Amino acid sequence: MRCTDNALSSLAIGDCEDAELAYTMRDLPRAGHTFPGSEMPMMDREPDSTHTHTPGTPTFTRPLSRSLEPELVRRGQLSSMGSLDSPMSPSRPKSPWGRFDPYDSAEDQDKEYVGFATLPNQVHRKSVKKGFAFTLMVAGESGLGKSTLVNSLFLTDLYKDRKMLNAEERISQTVEITKHTVSIEEKGVKLRLTIVDTPGFGDAVNNTECWRTVEDYIDQQFEQYFRDESGLNRKNIQDNRVHCCLYFISPFGHGLRPMDVEFMKTLHDKVNIVPVLAKADSLTPEEVRKIKMKICEEIERFNINIYQFPECDSDEDEEIKLQHQELKGSIPFAVIGSNVQVESQGRRFRARQYPWGVVEVENPEHSDFLKLRNMLVRTHMQDLKDVTRETHYENYRAQCIQNMTHMVFRERKRSLCNRGRDSASDLPVPLVPVDSDTERLIWEKDEELRRMQEVLERIQEQMRHGH
Amino acid sequence: MSEIVPPEVRPKPVVPAKPSHVAPPSGAPFLPSPQGTGGEGRGSALLGYIGIDTIIEQMRKKTMKTGFDFNIMVVGQSGLGKSTLVNTLFKSQVSRRSASWSRDDKIPKTVEIKSVSHVIEEGGVKMKLTVVDTPGFGDQINNDNCWAPISKYINEQYEKFLKEEVNIARKKRIPDTRVHCCLYFISPTGHSLRQLDIEFMKNLSRVVNIIPVIAKSDTLTLEEKIEFKQKVRKELEVCGIECYPQKEFDEDTEDKSDNDKIRETMPFAVVGSDKEYQVNGKRVLGRKTAWGVVEVENPNHCEFSLLRDFMIRSHLQDLKEVTHNIQYETYRARRLNDNGGLHPINSSGHDTQESNL
Repeated sequence: MRCTDNALSSLAIGDCEDAELAYTMRDLPRAGHTFPGSEMPMMDREPDSTHTHTPGTPTFTRPLSRSLEPELVRRGQLSSMGSLDSPMSPSRPKSPWGRFDPYDSAEDQDKEYVGFATLPNQVHRKSVKKGFAFTLMVAGESGLGKSTLVNSLFLTDLYKDRKMLNAEERISQTVEITKHTVSIEEKGVKLRLTIVDTPGFGDAVNNTECWRTVEDYIDQQFEQYFRDESGLNRKNIQDNRVHCCLYFISPFGHGLRPMDVEFMKTLHDKVNIVPVLAKADSLTPEEVRKIKMKICEEIERFNINIYQFPECDSDEDEEIKLQHQELKGSIPFAVIGSNVQVESQGRRFRARQYPWGVVEVENPEHSDFLKLRNMLVRTHMQDLKDVTRETHYENYRAQCIQNMTHMVFRERKRSLCNRGRDSASDLPVPLVPVDSDTERLIWEKDEELRRMQEVLERIQEQMRHGH
Repeated sequence: MSEIVPPEVRPKPVVPAKPSHVAPPSGAPFLPSPQGTGGEGRGSALLGYIGIDTIIEQMRKKTMKTGFDFNIMVVGQSGLGKSTLVNTLFKSQVSRRSASWSRDDKIPKTVEIKSVSHVIEEGGVKMKLTVVDTPGFGDQINNDNCWAPISKYINEQYEKFLKEEVNIARKKRIPDTRVHCCLYFISPTGHSLRQLDIEFMKNLSRVVNIIPVIAKSDTLTLEEKIEFKQKVRKELEVCGIECYPQKEFDEDTEDKSDNDKIRETMPFAVVGSDKEYQVNGKRVLGRKTAWGVVEVENPNHCEFSLLRDFMIRSHLQDLKEVTHNIQYETYRARRLNDNGGLHPINSSGHDTQESNL
């Protein structure tokens, strides 16, 4: 009946943000019904008209199964309903979409449509009402300008009351995870932005496994989401998964340092890594070029999977393709950030003022800041979230379930072996008549699972209190 | 200082107390002002011109013939511009980078010590300059004790010198491989010193003269520079780290005021470059970026010229003397005490232990 339904229903279960789209798609009238020309034959198929066909009523209601009809009537938003009221007359009632109405062009005036091309608009409207959430992580040694860049990117001041530790306090410093959340609104669109910072990363003398804390945090967010998703009440799941990680590479080295490589290799399967070349105003254009080449080559050599931009469709116009190429070629983005505004030639802009010149943050000749911001906010934010949801999270989930199953198997196998060699056949053990031994086994297995559950919950509690 | 009471700080000798293994101090401020013409002497009345002041000239001639040794060590993470700075300081390609090592070296797993020597000449004065590089310092994930090879190297040089000194048949001029000056490169984070910096300087400031410099300082604006330097100075004070010029070795008020001025501006924020660009009709060493040219020798842009003047033009000899009279003597005293006295005849290296730190 509904061929694409299965694919869509899986969508519906997962992410509540896209659930709207999934539901609308699922409840849509079938393809056969959309062509106005085929309406006549449809009518013939149902000779037992339960509705009297009076002129003026929409003819399209006839071919549809009765169950859909009330839904369609309810969906007053489908503007095309109005248009098919009287297929003879070209006049249409005013569309709620105004100039966004996809049917607004002159050539579409006379044709008849069902009108689901307005779906993107509906989704858009619902999403705008709900608002978006985005979690960005910044990682790298201290002093590379992470906070300044975040402030520049989102034109806020997230780190107003940050205290820098002095030397003695820093000796015993460990890597922490801090979260700052800010709600930004622009043209009616709300964004709940969460910045996850990693103070203390890479600052100690011995930095072995300093990324472990970061990895654990990301896993915890996945785990939290996994639990929420498997829970009973899924209406208000908060998505705290890390959507993107900006990793700051020092411009003072000759490319990637051993710690950079280790960090990225550990995390490239868990989060979208976007490498960023920090404090790029300390380099001449030639040096920037060289170091970018070196870094790209090293990323390839060490098989690090940084975030890949989705390919352009072949029917996009040349300009977009060119932009896309440029974007890909700019990895890692050589950025400069500034909290200070400078006034020059009547303009105010963010810049850094040196005795020998002024570096403008938003000047594409000076840095890749604009490219990074456009990529992050204007073009690829949704894609980052999608990749996180579809790839990284699914990987985690599969891994998690597999681990649990393995543990269960192993436990069972162990108890079986202890019991004796009679059931030496492979697992899984078929459901034998329940005797006390099997019951004990089952009970032991349950205990194990419960213990695991408790441990996970405890860690979660700790993390929550730790914030 | 160390547990053992160091020997008294000897006043800088006018004429060297022992035969010149080290180059004799160049005359300038330590000799009593020449009497000039006429016989108005202080102290004992001079009844005519004797010509004592010509000793300066004699020393100068001798120095020019024998030449100087100067050993400088550069320490810092890779990529901080150490080699470029040394090349700029001595206006020639003296660092190991130019001596056939390529720029794409792999980071070594442990800290290595590589030294390159050149003889440079200026105004008839020859100087044998040795630059000791320390690739691999601070580049690993685990940098615990990465200063140990450096410490070992420095003490080995002291040991070598000690052995030569203690010999019965001594060479006329003991080759001096002791490190006279250690330039420590601080990464310009703008926040504060890193833990590694503090650990290194704590461990080595008593063994060698450390001059901290802020590397690649064209990444800091003026305000950031001032703030950063203040922070660094404060941290050094809190941790009890004394960099060169050490306060305790200031001899007279003149020295003190000179050195105080220097100490106020340390650590020097430097930029190095070996390329020249045309600025305002002059050719200057600098770095050309899309927004301007950073001039290396312009005191408004960076403090390279301050560093150069300080290190080379005024305190070069002092660096050597502090190394010889204080750092080396401390080492020597400790060795002699520990060993119960060194046997004079030990030209072979077998019975002396390694430097026992």
